Amino acid sequence: MKSIMPRACALLAVALLAACSSAPPKATPEPVYPEPVFSAERIVPEDSIAITTVYDPWEPMNMRIYNFNYHFDQWVFLPVVTGWQAVVPKPARTGVHNFFENFRDVRTMANSILQASPTKLMQSTGRVLVNSTIGLFGLIDVATSMGMAKPDEDFGQTLGHWGVPTGPYLVLPLLGPSNLRDGAAELPDFALQNYIQGNLLAKPVRATAFLFDSVDTRTNTSFRYYETGSAFEYQTVRWLYSTKRELDVEK
Amino acid sequence: MTNSNISQRLLVGLCLLLLASAASARVTVENYGFPIQDRYVATVVGTPEGYEAVLPKDIPFKKRWLNVFPDRKLPDLIWYGQEMIYSEALQDHPAPLIFLIAGTGAAHNGAKNFNMARAFYKAGFHVVSLSSPTYPNFVSSASSTGVVGDAQRDAADLYRVMEMIWKKLDGDIEVTSFNLTGYSLGAFNSAYVAKLDDERKSFNFRKVLLINPPVSLYNSISLLDRMTQNIPGGADNFNEFFDKLVKAFSKVYKDEDEIGGDFLYQAYKAMDLKDEELAALIGVSFRISSASLVFTSDVMTDYGYVKPKGLVLDRYADLTVYNQVVSRLGFTDYYHDFFYPFYKADNPNITRDQFIASESLTEIADYLRNSPKITVMHNQNDIILEPGEIDFFNDVFGDRATIYPYGGHCGNMNYRDNVALMVSTFTRGAN
Repeated sequence: MKSIMPRACALLAVALLAACSSAPPKATPEPVYPEPVFSAERIVPEDSIAITTVYDPWEPMNMRIYNFNYHFDQWVFLPVVTGWQAVVPKPARTGVHNFFENFRDVRTMANSILQASPTKLMQSTGRVLVNSTIGLFGLIDVATSMGMAKPDEDFGQTLGHWGVPTGPYLVLPLLGPSNLRDGAAELPDFALQNYIQGNLLAKPVRATAFLFDSVDTRTNTSFRYYETGSAFEYQTVRWLYSTKRELDVEK
Repeated sequence: MTNSNISQRLLVGLCLLLLASAASARVTVENYGFPIQDRYVATVVGTPEGYEAVLPKDIPFKKRWLNVFPDRKLPDLIWYGQEMIYSEALQDHPAPLIFLIAGTGAAHNGAKNFNMARAFYKAGFHVVSLSSPTYPNFVSSASSTGVVGDAQRDAADLYRVMEMIWKKLDGDIEVTSFNLTGYSLGAFNSAYVAKLDDERKSFNFRKVLLINPPVSLYNSISLLDRMTQNIPGGADNFNEFFDKLVKAFSKVYKDEDEIGGDFLYQAYKAMDLKDEELAALIGVSFRISSASLVFTSDVMTDYGYVKPKGLVLDRYADLTVYNQVVSRLGFTDYYHDFFYPFYKADNPNITRDQFIASESLTEIADYLRNSPKITVMHNQNDIILEPGEIDFFNDVFGDRATIYPYGGHCGNMNYRDNVALMVSTFTRGAN
């Protein structure tokens, strides 16, 4: 890991510099390759845009962060997840998971207010009330067992709800696919959760809550970088993420 | 990461749409309770909730990695494809072992293989689940040539990894018999693997079950390619058509918390799609999965199909152009302009027609006819069969063929009657 962090920062810096630099392109002529069996000139009509296209002007940087995330997974995240699963029995892990999910319901409450959505506010408030009381401070997800709907709203969706465009696609370090709007919107959501946890939790728990939350989230995320083996994986994930977020905002 | 979780879930949803990769027998319309009679609807939405076999949710289905060709040097663009990924779910007692082979473009842990794994694990089998040779990870890690689709060579590649996996497992688990099944293209592969095993005898398969295999590969891919022509307004109208689908999809999505379960069925009911539109959707899904495969093969072999020969793409290369080109090509284009010429280099005397005829179950019909251990499950209205091709199975397998009156292509694989027959095929007469 030691060597990866500085390298990633360096790459990031280089990518950013490359994006804003105005240096003239090098004068070396492009080598000439034989035309493939099917070339774009022959196959793709002018002005046609593939349906899977996503606005991604920072692609070179994003691809490098995507790659960095894979390595972070391999060397840090997934070994920790494996250890977590080996050491902590499943009922305890479920309890931790429910505990953090309860805070996500609080996040949904806040964003339902911001989106002026009484239905989602009632649903999420109901869940938080039930799970925080009968569910022993959120350790047991009683609400789901009772069949209560679980809306999922975050600040990115709130911005989208009021018409803020997504901006360019963005791969966040450690967090994965996002876009400028949703990436920036992680901050208020995070601040809210931190504030509530700060008021509710004892100091040692508060200090480590973020780590446990991260490990729990990774444990419950089946996605693994590069496992499809497809040369188009980055593009496919980008398209699926963007489509999914578009649908989430409309929801 | 919740985000990638969500993308993953959407990916799974779309993979359900993707083709997992096709009478007269004893099942009649009257005694078959699968609820969807339309061939396209069944193919796309599968088995609705309430009709599925009851299977355990949690099985110890673990990912494993296998370095098949340690000396292989992959192009930088697909640097991550060195090791083949597969899954296994093992019993802690002596048990029969079953290999599963996925359909076109599908992974070892795709929905259909996972469901089969649950059924066979529950029935007491050691399960080893393999991706289709057409899955990009298999192409880069386990295909001897990097160009897949040849019946015999794919069988040999599959057989190699099956032997390697067994070598790893031997000693750790006790196996009472070896068995094999696959669906769609995986069923086609299974037939050729069974034949190879009868020559090499590494496993001596006790039973082999083929689920919805194509008869002729070329006929089936031609049918799938033609489905994209059903897009209203033609292939150039694809973006509008797709937008309409996404919008319709989002309407249903608003009322559902999760994609999966009954989602696709609800989506289908709400969208009110015509048969031609469903066919177009199937064709497009097939095209998206074949685009990955074809490009991966092109990069592996530097053939010069859509990427100029000699041009080296590194891991951060901009692939927009290639993605655009390859999404506009059909699988038949690949067949004629890449696959056939690539194999002709090794067999200069073979004509195009001979080649097409050889990639077919009819080629090994005599073997199948005389192999009592091989049985088949199929659907009368499978969309990947030309009219009349279904008769091949009655003719060749006789009593060993079960042809359901409907189910489309693999749409009824999770239906309780089908799962029951799948399992009993292997448990019947076993000790």
